[in-house]
Amino acid sequence: MASGRSDAPKLPKAIKLLVAGGFGVGKTTMVGAVSEIRPLRTEETLTDRSVGVDDLSGVEAKNTTTVAMDFGRITIGDEFMLYLFGTPGQERFWFVWDELARGALGAVVLADTRRLADCFPSVDYFERRGTPFVVAVNCFDGSPQYDLDEVKLALNLGSEVPVLLCDARRRESGKEVLIALIKHAYGRRPAAVKETSAT
Amino acid sequence: MNMERSPGEFNEEWLLDEPTVRPYVMTRGRTDARGKFDLVTIAVTIRSTTGAEVGLDPEHLVIARLCRRPLSVAEIAAHMDLPAGIVRVLLGDLLEKGFVAVQQPQPEMDVLDERTYRAVLDGLRAL
Repeated sequence: MASGRSDAPKLPKAIKLLVAGGFGVGKTTMVGAVSEIRPLRTEETLTDRSVGVDDLSGVEAKNTTTVAMDFGRITIGDEFMLYLFGTPGQERFWFVWDELARGALGAVVLADTRRLADCFPSVDYFERRGTPFVVAVNCFDGSPQYDLDEVKLALNLGSEVPVLLCDARRRESGKEVLIALIKHAYGRRPAAVKETSAT
Repeated sequence: MNMERSPGEFNEEWLLDEPTVRPYVMTRGRTDARGKFDLVTIAVTIRSTTGAEVGLDPEHLVIARLCRRPLSVAEIAAHMDLPAGIVRVLLGDLLEKGFVAVQQPQPEMDVLDERTYRAVLDGLRAL
């Protein structure tokens, strides 16, 4: 399929970033804090193929699930549009994650130190998939203050994975997290990895 | 064409909400555009519609109007309050008929060349 024609106007390129983490950790808050538009919601209607496997009644038994995702946008000049998608929190929606993660430049895993285990699935997922990610610890009022190294240890993260503190409600803070992610992803790109391993 | 609705699909919100047309009726039951357009595929209208074109439904015209400025599939879906899958099908029609041009996102390995990296970083810093 043609991706734009020669007579077509030059279109901005989209760059996709993901914001993952457990339920209620502040994904939509962070998306909203950095987005230039009020966060929007899009729905994917999916057919859960796994459901019908043991079911002999056939096609009619397929379940459709609607998964909602909140997202925001940051326009960079007239050339790039950065889209930030909050991933659906429930683990049973992995299949949506796959679709979201395809082509994504990287991911922010939001963590809450009161419920650190909630972000394990996201960390596992991006590690396995090879998607560059940073861990941002959302500082809720009253949450225990841990040293970032402790968080890193608790999450069993590789030394190269950036871990930083953030306040998902603040634009400045969200910006810093995204900048850290872009830098990390740039360092992880195949060309850069090759340069490092050659020296 | 299978217009049957499985019991699991039933959602009582449909009874409360305004739309009275089931989404996949708009696409005449077609669901096959998945994979063709990413959620961040950008579309823009390159030929304006008069509303009298054969084969264009009201939803096509809404998309054509929305896309006077470049918009992603996800945004079109959100603005129209339709599942992204429906928008993919409708957008496919518009592309085929030459009303829109689309920009597919780059494969992830190619996204971050040095120039893009600098531009995105500068853009974020300037936010």
